[in-house]
Amino acid sequence: MRTGSIGRFPLFAVFAVMSLLFLLAACGSDPTATPTIAPAATNTPTATPRSTPTPTTPGQATPTPTQPAGAKVEVCPTQRVKGLTGAGATFPFPLYSKMFDEYNKVCGVKVNYQSIGSGGGIRQLQARTVDFGGSDGIMTAQQKAEAAGGPVLHVPMVAGAVAVIYNLPGIPSGAVKLDPDVLVDIYLKKITKWNDPRIAALNSGVSLPNSDIAVVHRSDGSGTTYIFTSYLSAVSDAWKNGPGAATSVNWPGDIGGQGNAGVAGQVRQIPGAIGYVELAYAHQNNLTYAQLKNSSGKYVEPSLETAKFAADVPTLPDHMEVVIVNSSNPNAYPITGFTWLLIYENQADAAKADAVARLAWWMIHDGQQYAVPLDYVPLEGAAVTKVENLIKKIKVNGQPVIK
Amino acid sequence: MATLTGRRGSFAATRGEIRKRRIIDRLMVGSMIAVTALVCSVLFIIIAYIFYRGVSYINWEFLTSNPRPVGSEGGGIVNAIVGSLILVGIASVMAVPVGVGAAIFIGEFPSPRLQRAVRFMADVLTGVPSIVVGLFAYALIVEPTGTFSGWAGSAALGFIIVPIVLITAQEALRLVPGSLREAALALGVPRWRVIMLVVVPAARRALLTGLILATARALGETAPLIFTTLGNNFWNTDPSRPLSALPLVIYRYAVGPYQEEHRQAWAAAFMLLAVVFFISLMTRVVFRSRYEE
Amino acid sequence: MEVGDMGLPKPVARESVESLRSSKSLTPTRRSHLSDRIFFHVTRSLAVLVLILSLLLVFELLRGSAEARAEFGIGFIWGTTWDPVAEQFSTLPTITGTLAKAFLSLLIAVPVSLGTAIFLAIYAPRWIRTPLSYIVESLASIPSVIIGLWGLFIMVPVVRVLQIWLKDNFGWFPLFSGPAIFGVGVLAAGIILAIMITPIIAAISRDVIRTVPRAQMEGLLALGATRWEAIWKVVLPYGRAGIIGAVILGLGRAVGETMAVTMVGGNAFKLVTSLFDPVHSMASQIASEFTEADSNLYVSSLIYVGLVLFAITVVIEIVAQLMIWRITKGQGEARHQA
Repeated sequence: MRTGSIGRFPLFAVFAVMSLLFLLAACGSDPTATPTIAPAATNTPTATPRSTPTPTTPGQATPTPTQPAGAKVEVCPTQRVKGLTGAGATFPFPLYSKMFDEYNKVCGVKVNYQSIGSGGGIRQLQARTVDFGGSDGIMTAQQKAEAAGGPVLHVPMVAGAVAVIYNLPGIPSGAVKLDPDVLVDIYLKKITKWNDPRIAALNSGVSLPNSDIAVVHRSDGSGTTYIFTSYLSAVSDAWKNGPGAATSVNWPGDIGGQGNAGVAGQVRQIPGAIGYVELAYAHQNNLTYAQLKNSSGKYVEPSLETAKFAADVPTLPDHMEVVIVNSSNPNAYPITGFTWLLIYENQADAAKADAVARLAWWMIHDGQQYAVPLDYVPLEGAAVTKVENLIKKIKVNGQPVIK
Repeated sequence: MATLTGRRGSFAATRGEIRKRRIIDRLMVGSMIAVTALVCSVLFIIIAYIFYRGVSYINWEFLTSNPRPVGSEGGGIVNAIVGSLILVGIASVMAVPVGVGAAIFIGEFPSPRLQRAVRFMADVLTGVPSIVVGLFAYALIVEPTGTFSGWAGSAALGFIIVPIVLITAQEALRLVPGSLREAALALGVPRWRVIMLVVVPAARRALLTGLILATARALGETAPLIFTTLGNNFWNTDPSRPLSALPLVIYRYAVGPYQEEHRQAWAAAFMLLAVVFFISLMTRVVFRSRYEE
Repeated sequence: MEVGDMGLPKPVARESVESLRSSKSLTPTRRSHLSDRIFFHVTRSLAVLVLILSLLLVFELLRGSAEARAEFGIGFIWGTTWDPVAEQFSTLPTITGTLAKAFLSLLIAVPVSLGTAIFLAIYAPRWIRTPLSYIVESLASIPSVIIGLWGLFIMVPVVRVLQIWLKDNFGWFPLFSGPAIFGVGVLAAGIILAIMITPIIAAISRDVIRTVPRAQMEGLLALGATRWEAIWKVVLPYGRAGIIGAVILGLGRAVGETMAVTMVGGNAFKLVTSLFDPVHSMASQIASEFTEADSNLYVSSLIYVGLVLFAITVVIEIVAQLMIWRITKGQGEARHQA
């Protein structure tokens, strides 16, 4: 055969190219030398924690986050840590993604948060594959029992509204009004047309199309689903005794989307679709959302203000594990909820415990400034003190990390 | 074929019938050309869209910066590009010796039972859905080590590469004529030197083709990465922590609602496709020319 | 080599080295060189490693699904409930969803890929054959996530229009019932899968068809048959087993395909009743729920789905291999030279 005549060139060429690529990948510090990236690569000395939280990142135009009065707690990790991994809720992802970007600028610590869904946050925390979880659903007793690392703290970060979004070409945002019964029946697939008399009765003056309603729900375990189904269960016995309230339920609906982003994506793609997403997703993507009739019979749009009314609960429990849907406040938007970081109370790795606790501390103080621009309700007043006390519960070998 | 004898005379026919048969023949040829053209045009349409939507977004910032917070404009995918290279690099380093070594064993040493078992398993493994491989790597690495990591992602990709490398390597070794081995052995050269210095070099072209194409395949795999390497919004080159990867970014961005992310998904898809095609094209040009008709 | 390019198995004859391999003298004995014995054991352990890894895969799937198997038993396969709240899991809808999408894709892909294969193997003049083969193979090398991206943004809107038209005009047909406006669903997934498996079936079928001795066809042509008749009466019967094998292999790929199907399949858990239904397939359900499942039983059930999927694809794969093997046995060497 032809074997004898084959040259040596290709062998070396390929190995040379491959090893070049590999080298580039392994020590590619060059591509990071752009203004958008904080300079602290994980293996460089710059990653060593500083003693003061001064943002020293060169070339950064961002304003220095101000230390709130009275908080003398160091917000950057005091021990060397490679970075943190978190996963979970997609509900606060636009906010977290902003916060962690800023936190990296302030402390040079990279917090990799993947928005895989609240169910994922709970699951991965249980399996201890992440340093903290994110969830907008409260862990059930069984889920807590299955957590391998013992008691789990629910540290609230912000509250937010779940908007009921729709894709009806020509009909503007806020034009469609829904009451709880109609919303439940749409999601139970009892109402299947947009011009159904029951929808039309609530919307005189809006020309609803004679098209099918494509009901979009979450395909993954979701805190947004938890808040949404908690609401549907609160207003409807048929829902409560049917699908129920949880991070994943047995949906009667049509289409599953992955994450808040996935639902928003599906609704955007499909004319006639209805879905539910956190308000920031609706705003950032110019999606149209419905007004909902709250428990006082008033139609309200989801917004920062109306969510604030809902979050203004007079007596918050110390553990902060509280559902705030269907608020009795007459101005409140009814589908509102907290989103929590899930953190093990008793930690094994001192450096990580320190980093997680201080990150959470930063998020409920300096980090809160990023909430309002993204339509999340920041923590205020008594709630902040309660959350501080929660963070102080994080312990390593019985010793609290933040005293 | 025995059937032929029984068909004698069946092709002789009246003029009208012959015409009818000719027309059927033409129709069938026509439809075959049509479906071939359809296949080609589907490829063309896909590539054209990827190019059209993707290439306009590609600029220096996109190629050299990390992702920005969701909802903001700009940012890039450098961490995903580098993450993909690391993942595939480690996967190849782990998988190629296993695949080639196993192929050498079943090709060069007599052990029919093991040979049949290994080859059978390799065939079966190529058909295992990649999502199942992801489950496997999660159970085998992510859970015990307690963290999503580049290692887990690489292991999953490696597991996908092994059977491909094994099969192509075995075929490549098979093409080396026995006389070459015999000649070398007759000179008293130890068996392992014959294999490493005569047989493997002789099969070099086919071997490398297989390896590189397996690598290209791994570069585009998404499903096994979802719950192994998880993804990363930041720059990271440490495989013991979550790494970003191009296909993962394409998936996450594509299913989301953000227009900016959609644009980036197209651009990333363009990059990935360009690399994959470039690799297969180069492989053909460099290694295959001698095997063409 | 063409088939191997796509990582497909490629049975080849062993004649060339058979005599050599079977010779006892090649097994290192105690008299052999130490380095030879080391080499022998190293490569053998690598070969054994492949087996161990395969068994480990099966073991992990069995271990991971143990809880769900204990809880739901074999009824998991034909139950129709997926209720994370009540922790009741069973998977018939995803199995039917998977099979519906896969068979629809075969319905589209088989005629197209066979036509392409015959054209490439027999009709196409030499100058066009090689570039066309490249094109077909290039289609197979496009990563699935990219096909999914294209499908989601470009194809799904077209499918939506098609579905609405079908419903308006042929709505009485049971397969066209249900809401047509989604775009994502069985039809979209079927088309996407067809795009993905066509090159696989085409490439293998072409190789199979090439193994049909030229003389057979020529003989028939000499008797006055048209080319199509020669193909129909000789080539296809001769290559039948191999072509069926290729189709089954394509089915296996369609069943296991994940990303593109997750992106355009609609991902709802329900029994498929219409072509327009958005439904999960097994792979898409695992992909979208696995990291998110929030109880042990839920995770275990998803791994159980993975086990069922694995079992189905393995059976399909084995059947396909046996059929391809039967037809191309002894022809591999010839194909490599071609």
